[in-house]
Amino acid sequence: MKELWTMFLTFCRIGGLTFGGGYAMLPMLQREVVEKYQWATEEELMDYYAIGQCTPGIIAVNTATFVGYKKRGVLGAIFCTLGVVFPSLCIITVIAAFLKNFQDIIYVQQAFAGIRVAVCALILDAIVKLWKKNVKSIWGIALFLIVLAVMILLDVSPILVVIGAAVVGIGLGKAGVKV
Amino acid sequence: MMVLWELCFEFFKAGLFAVGGGLATLPFLYDIASRYDWMSVESITDMIAISESTPGPLGVNMATYAGYHAYGVLGGVVATLALILPSLIIIILVAKILEKFKENRLVKDTFATLRPCVTAMIAAACWQVMEKALFTVDAFLVTMNPADLINYKAMCLFILCYWLMRRYKKHPILYIAGAAVCGIVFQMA
Repeated sequence: MKELWTMFLTFCRIGGLTFGGGYAMLPMLQREVVEKYQWATEEELMDYYAIGQCTPGIIAVNTATFVGYKKRGVLGAIFCTLGVVFPSLCIITVIAAFLKNFQDIIYVQQAFAGIRVAVCALILDAIVKLWKKNVKSIWGIALFLIVLAVMILLDVSPILVVIGAAVVGIGLGKAGVKV
Repeated sequence: MMVLWELCFEFFKAGLFAVGGGLATLPFLYDIASRYDWMSVESITDMIAISESTPGPLGVNMATYAGYHAYGVLGGVVATLALILPSLIIIILVAKILEKFKENRLVKDTFATLRPCVTAMIAAACWQVMEKALFTVDAFLVTMNPADLINYKAMCLFILCYWLMRRYKKHPILYIAGAAVCGIVFQMA
């Protein structure tokens, strides 16, 4: 029970401090889930993100469910998932109830202009860590560059990219190439 | 009471069919707004702005906000839980299946290839955020003066943040809080 409570609180912290959606959650996940509690490895997080791209639902929620299930089964999945949405539920309810035009307050806008910059730096730092762990061969570098170009230049759905990459992976595996 | 069932049903549907993150729920919200009177199209625009000014996943924020407007606190809770229930069930099933095939060669190879690709997808998302936060592409396109391309305040803060992160490796919240203060002090918006 104590562990479930820790998981709930940890994901509360992650959900409450994620500014800007699923990808922005990555630095927090690396810090809390991988480094502090070791509930999942960096590689597993990437696998969860890949699956989260192709399954319905919000990536932040999917990742929380995965980590919780891996650690403590169905109950763990439920606790982590509720944890990650709990802060938003409270914050948005308070804003909807009391703070009309919250988003028009100048200090809020200024603070969030600053926060967005910090989030950029945090994600960049997270990507450097991911690169070291996940891009290990010339094939990996090639795949990274191709996907990066496709995502930035073309308006392709992430689902198609993940499915395409999986097909390439199966092909490379059959050809005996290690990525 | 009827409203609660409708909220539950509509957000369950959005949670079940919106594949690929928070923004994918948007078309479903527009659909809901066009069919029910407890949510307007204008309120969706407000929700996006609020979601960008609060922590937490966009989809969850939207469900809570719409639910609250339809049926108060209970409505917010019901809409949010309905939104996450389908993915909770699906991910538990996927995790169960994955456990069985974890050692399978094909599964291992596939995930090994996916990892550099997901890294690139996150890098692409990071670039999109950076383009908005650190550069002023619109101003540059008007004047065509390279000096107008960079948001200098933001760029300085970015370099400082990144350097401090690499140097001290403290908890992310410290940098977020620090940057929020800088944003207000240096009037970055």
